[in-house]
Amino acid sequence: MSILVYIENVEGELKKSAYETLSYGKALGDMTGEEVTALSIGNVSGEQLEKVGKYGVKKVIEVNTKDLSHFLNQAYASVISEVAKNLHTNTVVLANSFSGKGLAPRVAAKLSAALADGAISLPEISGAAWTIKKAVFSNKAIATEELHEQKKVIAITPNSLEAKVSPVEVTVEKYEPQVLPADLSTIIKDIVRATDKISLPEADIVVSAGRGMKGPENWAMIEELAQVLGAATACSKPVSDAGWRPHEEHVGQTGLAVTPNLYIAIGISGAIQHLAGVSASKTIVVINKDPEAPFFKVADYGIVGDAFEVIPQLIEAIKAYKNN
Amino acid sequence: MKILVCLSNVPDTTSKITFTDNNTSFNSAGVQYIINPYDEIALSRAVELAAEAQGTVTVIHVGESSSDATIRKALAVGADDAVRIDSVARDAWFVANQIAHYAKAHAFDLILTGRESIDYNGAQVQGFLGELLEIPSISIAKKLDINSMEASVEREIEGGKEVMIVSLPIVVGTAEGVAEPKIPNMRGIMTARTKSLQVLDPIAVPVLSKITHYDTPAPRGEVKLIDKANVEQLVQLLHSEAKVI
Repeated sequence: MSILVYIENVEGELKKSAYETLSYGKALGDMTGEEVTALSIGNVSGEQLEKVGKYGVKKVIEVNTKDLSHFLNQAYASVISEVAKNLHTNTVVLANSFSGKGLAPRVAAKLSAALADGAISLPEISGAAWTIKKAVFSNKAIATEELHEQKKVIAITPNSLEAKVSPVEVTVEKYEPQVLPADLSTIIKDIVRATDKISLPEADIVVSAGRGMKGPENWAMIEELAQVLGAATACSKPVSDAGWRPHEEHVGQTGLAVTPNLYIAIGISGAIQHLAGVSASKTIVVINKDPEAPFFKVADYGIVGDAFEVIPQLIEAIKAYKNN
Repeated sequence: MKILVCLSNVPDTTSKITFTDNNTSFNSAGVQYIINPYDEIALSRAVELAAEAQGTVTVIHVGESSSDATIRKALAVGADDAVRIDSVARDAWFVANQIAHYAKAHAFDLILTGRESIDYNGAQVQGFLGELLEIPSISIAKKLDINSMEASVEREIEGGKEVMIVSLPIVVGTAEGVAEPKIPNMRGIMTARTKSLQVLDPIAVPVLSKITHYDTPAPRGEVKLIDKANVEQLVQLLHSEAKVI
């Protein structure tokens, strides 16, 4: 019996969500007494794979065949379940990332496992009964879910559980899976990635702006604030609907739900649909010239003032703080 | 081309989310239900694609008769016919099995779902369907075009997008960007009344998981207001009190 942690890479690099899944797998192994193995698929360097040990996982299975150098949903799901079967895995842990959301249900179906997607806690285990918490109704509520199967797939929400460091020695074992041609039928034509941008779902700090910015031409100061903070940029629905910003920046109930350590909302009134996607952020700062803006009611810190005056001052204050 | 669109019936985005029976079930009293906004995008794109290729659009929903108003709205938007599997939508595994059972018997070229539902946020049905039907599934599509029997799909990835070509049949979970939601016109609303809405019995599916309890997040404390002339204080508080920078 074992635990298998699928560690996602982005262009060969293990990202924060991979460390979070490793740390989760290690903690789960400590609870169940099962051995924990990581699985990496794609072209990831040995140096990157060494980092697995930092989070307490001793063994990595590396699948790095030519056909699988890029993410392919069906093929990756097949490989994960094949390795899980070989290792007599009871629990597969992966990130509920954009790709993870595609993988998790396929892996669960292949293994006839119960799927806990969007998990925000370690399970509570009492004999054969496992319960796990997840955010539902776009973060407006937390559900406790019972998993009835012995086999389980747990997809954890990025940024909701800290990656704890607990270094061990790592061994890497290469493996060549049996992938069916049908699983490789999708042709990837192009991958476009803005490498200089911080990925929104994983960001520790998010700077988000709304209609109060008056027009897309005023976003330079938002981007500058994000840059000095090392933050990702986001926006409200009216802003992406108006085409001021791309859809992928839209956070809220019908956009992306985010859980950063710090969410700074600028010129966003705080409609219930927007709050749904951001309310699980650890600290919320609201900057709005309308003191009656509903967003202030759910904020930790607020500044009542015109963004066009406050933001340049805030940028300078953060630069001064960073230089000290 | 035959297109199947999977619809979920969800509380309106402005709904207050509360629970009953000692926080074990969602309190639907006074809640207005709508087509899941992502499913609305799927439906709109399906209607456009069917018009281009002289295809048909069937909508499928797992739910009780209380969902019929939502299904009629989908017919008014332009779906040709509808199927309702007459059962409470217990969980994503149950729903996916019902849809897969129907889809196997009707050979669809394209099956669309929303990227997730805004109630349980599972994003599971598309992947389950792909696996149950043994066809490719794409989780978060931002663009979807069909050229004869091939789909060109843009998928959202961390910090960018991936463009792929996949042969039909496939399952696609649609997100913003795929289509603009369509508003039904008067003619659509009239014709929707006469379109077929077939009601079928569910198949048995084992229970793999079950939500037993809900909590609402604890409210935050009072907001700390900082004078706009003193933004340095905010930076200090974020560092020393909130410890986030």
